[in-house]
Amino acid sequence: MREFTYQRAASIADLSPDATIIAGGTNLLDLMKLEVMAPPVLVDITHLDLGGVEPEGEGLRIGALVRNSDLAAHPVIRRDYPVLSRALLAGASGQLRNMATTGGNLMQRTRCPYFYDRRMACNKRDPGAGCAAIGGVTRNHAILGASDHCIATYPGDMAVALRALDAVVEIDGPAPRKVPLSDFHLLPGNTPHVETVLEPGEIITAVILPAPPGGQHRYRKVRDRASYAFALVSVAAVIGTEDGRISHAALAFGGVAAKPWRDPDVEALLKGSEPSDALFREAAEILLRPARGWGEHQFKIPLLRRALIATLRDATGMETAA
Amino acid sequence: MTRHLRVDGPNHDDRLDHMAQGILGQPLNRLEGPLKVTGLAAYAAEARPMNMVYGVLVQASVPAGKVLEVGDAPGALAVIHDKRMVRYAAQGMDQKGPTSGPDQIEYMGQAIALVVAESFETARHAAQNIAVRYKTASVPVEPEAVKPELPPKKQSAAGNVDKAMQDAAVTVDRVWQTPSHMSAAMEPHAAIAEWDGDHVTIRAALQMLSSNRKQMADALGIKEQNLRLLSPYVGGGFGSKLGINAEAVAAAIAAKKLGRPVMVAMTRQQVFDLAHRRSETRQRIRLACDSDGRLTGIGHEVLVSNLPSSEFVEPVAQATPFTYQAAHRQVVHAVARIHRGCAGSVRAPGEAVGVTVFECAMDELAEATGIDPVELRLRNIPDVEPTTDRPFSSHKLAEALREGARLFGWSNRKPAGQRVEGEWMIGMGMAAAVRVNMLVESRARVTLNQDGHAIVETDMTDIGTGTYTILGQLAAEMLGLPMERVEVRLGDTNFPPASGSGGSFGAASSGNSVYLACEEIRSQIARAMSCDEVDLTLQDGMARAGNVARPLSDLIDGQISGEGHLQPGKTEKSHRQATWGSHWAEVAVNRWTGEVRVRRMMGVFACGRVLNEKTARSQCLGGMTFGIGIALTEAMEHDPRDGHAVSRDLAEYHIPTHADVPALEVHFLPERDAYVGPLQAKGLGELGICGAGAAVLNAVHNACGVRVRQLPATPDKIVAGLED
Amino acid sequence: MQITLHLNGATHDLDLDPRTTLLDALRHHLGMTGTKKGCDHGQCGACTVLMDGRRINACLTLACMAQDARITTIEGLGSPDRLSPLQQQFLDHDGFQCGYCTPGQICSATAMLEEIEAGWPSHVSENLDGPFELSHAEIAERMSGNLCRCAAYANIVAAIRQAAGTTGWREDAA
Repeated sequence: MREFTYQRAASIADLSPDATIIAGGTNLLDLMKLEVMAPPVLVDITHLDLGGVEPEGEGLRIGALVRNSDLAAHPVIRRDYPVLSRALLAGASGQLRNMATTGGNLMQRTRCPYFYDRRMACNKRDPGAGCAAIGGVTRNHAILGASDHCIATYPGDMAVALRALDAVVEIDGPAPRKVPLSDFHLLPGNTPHVETVLEPGEIITAVILPAPPGGQHRYRKVRDRASYAFALVSVAAVIGTEDGRISHAALAFGGVAAKPWRDPDVEALLKGSEPSDALFREAAEILLRPARGWGEHQFKIPLLRRALIATLRDATGMETAA
Repeated sequence: MTRHLRVDGPNHDDRLDHMAQGILGQPLNRLEGPLKVTGLAAYAAEARPMNMVYGVLVQASVPAGKVLEVGDAPGALAVIHDKRMVRYAAQGMDQKGPTSGPDQIEYMGQAIALVVAESFETARHAAQNIAVRYKTASVPVEPEAVKPELPPKKQSAAGNVDKAMQDAAVTVDRVWQTPSHMSAAMEPHAAIAEWDGDHVTIRAALQMLSSNRKQMADALGIKEQNLRLLSPYVGGGFGSKLGINAEAVAAAIAAKKLGRPVMVAMTRQQVFDLAHRRSETRQRIRLACDSDGRLTGIGHEVLVSNLPSSEFVEPVAQATPFTYQAAHRQVVHAVARIHRGCAGSVRAPGEAVGVTVFECAMDELAEATGIDPVELRLRNIPDVEPTTDRPFSSHKLAEALREGARLFGWSNRKPAGQRVEGEWMIGMGMAAAVRVNMLVESRARVTLNQDGHAIVETDMTDIGTGTYTILGQLAAEMLGLPMERVEVRLGDTNFPPASGSGGSFGAASSGNSVYLACEEIRSQIARAMSCDEVDLTLQDGMARAGNVARPLSDLIDGQISGEGHLQPGKTEKSHRQATWGSHWAEVAVNRWTGEVRVRRMMGVFACGRVLNEKTARSQCLGGMTFGIGIALTEAMEHDPRDGHAVSRDLAEYHIPTHADVPALEVHFLPERDAYVGPLQAKGLGELGICGAGAAVLNAVHNACGVRVRQLPATPDKIVAGLED
Repeated sequence: MQITLHLNGATHDLDLDPRTTLLDALRHHLGMTGTKKGCDHGQCGACTVLMDGRRINACLTLACMAQDARITTIEGLGSPDRLSPLQQQFLDHDGFQCGYCTPGQICSATAMLEEIEAGWPSHVSENLDGPFELSHAEIAERMSGNLCRCAAYANIVAAIRQAAGTTGWREDAA
């Protein structure tokens, strides 16, 4: 870990553009110990007033410092946005959920082992250095939206549910703004080191959820062991049915891309249709049309297909998962 | 006085069954337990001598070549770049230090230097950024990329397996692969070295102090008597702390140079790079049988790997020659010399992966013959060791199979793919358990004080195995004392040299030495009582013989001390010694995602005398859980270009979590093995892992019809075999 | 920098490098080695301590960020002659072997039972609003942030269920 100056922020106005924000620290300190990240100035924001889950319009405003465990257990989240509770509970461990924050979780960086290993070339860590993951051991890597410069995935669970819920990220800074979560994370292209739209000097202050979508909420995470592991693939689903037809479908996918993935064509197909295996297969077909594996991780293509079909069967009452 | 025993013949005395205290075998709580649950048991890195400084290892960032120059480390006290530093860990029981000379790089991540600083934070940063210049070399890192060696002593054959395969009614001929495994003990390797003149004391995380002392003295170039090793508590070993490693050697060199105590603890990532890995294996198994399922041919051809300069060869097919009978047999061990991290012992070297794969093959043969898997095994149990005709010291496989089938409800098993609950397909599987048994020379001293308080001293270690407790129980039983009157001191080379903890031989080897030491003390008490030792009854601090009863305090003038010295003898060769058992598993496989959940798991084990039913059971739970890991979750992946360990932390290398493990069930078969010393006890620490994974994988097949032959059976591999 | 830690009811003033984690402050600077370092990256749970009553990983917490909190370590939960109910049950059920993950398991379990009492759901809870049975599956999932390579898992779960019974939790839940 490189030396840094530690500052405790008393207000958002204190934040300087060259400061790196620390809150839960669960990922930042992890990476700082390996010197994958080496911020010269660390600003502790845990004393700022960025907590709380409050009504906002018909929806909710979740403060950036709300801990994952508190959010998962929040009665309104459990009642109106259960997919979010489920996603949070599927992530990390009880200890880490007590530390990790809503804002920090959105900034979580990839688990690509080549990104974590300073001996290895990585365009994300060192732009232009190349990508050692391609041609190496790939297991947690991307099948959607990746590029020959980077095949890393966004590893989190919470954001996948937020994407299915059409969440909006509230950002403070020189010019306060609101960014739909769909636009918050960036695909790698040839700039994989730029992971989000957050600019220096900006800070996430809250995540805003629109009105509760109703319907059936599911979060299905497939991983290499029963708990305490990152997703191979995950599916966040909010599915409404009326008169035997799907009236609302919001589906987001984790573990497969540099951002929580969503495909409007999949949802368009489902909406208005009667649930059936044939329909779900077609939905998976559409979802995976652009999918590509760069190595061993191409197993995620059939795995995601199956996870989607199973989630839809479960959410439409064709089969219970338990 | 020292009482010496070489185990040259059987012991049918059952002496321990006739002692009066009634403590041995009881499920007592661990002696050191109160210290462990309160955080007061101090492990290797948990001392703070005055003026201690911190060292962090510098690792090679190239897979092979030479170190040309090691740069400076601003802010550090010293950069230790010394030719005595070792390239990899010593193997278990090595009598010399491992290969030294860190400048010759054999694998990526090899320790090449040590940075020492006043604070851990400064040392870590300096070590991470020190400039090293290399001359790099291109080397093979994939086992299939080189022509393997065939070490002559590792091959065996009888008859003609090819012919047996041709003539057989039913055959299996398949290839399995297992990846590199890591011990991944929870305590990372660490050492604190402190010199006093020419004498050094090293507090370290080690399993086998008496051989570790030889290795360390050799590595440092000092006399053994000038070296004291301390390992009072070891946070798990599983093979990874059998031999000295880079951190302890470097700490000692640095401490001498600086004249200050030095602590070096490996990071978790360094443990993955520097501790021995279990070699990946490629195993071709050929089975031939007649229409009644009687085996006629067994072939087990193995490819493993190791560094060119390391002699260790994972003995994958170690149990294959004696587990089942067949006239035609062949065992091949090939070793590919490649530049991945050093391979060595990881819990149950050989059988952990060898029996697991073999028992999967037996399940395939059962399916092919249409014979129940339990029955198939029962039909092939030999009366004497095949090929050598040696008798078995004891043989409990048949009983373990029958008893296990009854206890597990095996008769409820349905044909593959027939039990479905919602999304989950349910299946049952079983496997035989077998592990070679051995004794290792071991010494202990027992002192009985006039106040009726006994002290056991040996440089044996307790790596979680229950050594403190069982040695205390043994002394209490032999000397007729309540447990609270016995103190056990371990993990210090100032005590008599013991077997150490490894290869499942620790409890029986060190236990027999304590037995002998106590026997010596009993003889002295018997003389004071004017009776024969065998007529002496010791209980609750009283000595009785005939109608005479006297308190021990009357019989002891000051203290009585006895040493025990056990050596393995002729029974090692005259009898095939092994432990036996059976594994049973019920799993659920998700028909969509291929996730596997173990619902029930049970083991039935025969290991001779059980010394403490509670700690023995825990050893089995641990082994069985390792089996779940081998079957379902564990794989250390190597980069195909430079061989480096890619899965090198506990987020990427998936040892089972709480949620992966159900409430496991363990049963012991009562047994006394006469050929393994007066304790009549055999090893247990590894039997629980041998074959456990096969029960899980065979249950997976019974659940969903999929055979995964490239372990572990992660969701992707199951899904590949499932229908849409 | 000058740092004040509130530990197990006592106050400690330390002069630390800002890079010092709470874990290293305990182990290297206070000689309180009950809190273990197993991975230093939040991947094993051996360093679990309670911060304001909540379980966290001390390895991923900077000491300077822990200044205003009340921290409880394993040493603060009980001593050999005065074991907490969980410590006693870990001992009786052999909920450990080598003992290295044990302080973390016990700290974690202590807070985990509080989380259940507070009505927090888990990944395996059928209903997010409970009721939460103290089943093997519930406890195992909630304890999965604490790895144990000796694999005393089955005994740990039994110990926790038993201890919960002594503090008002039902122990017969299947």
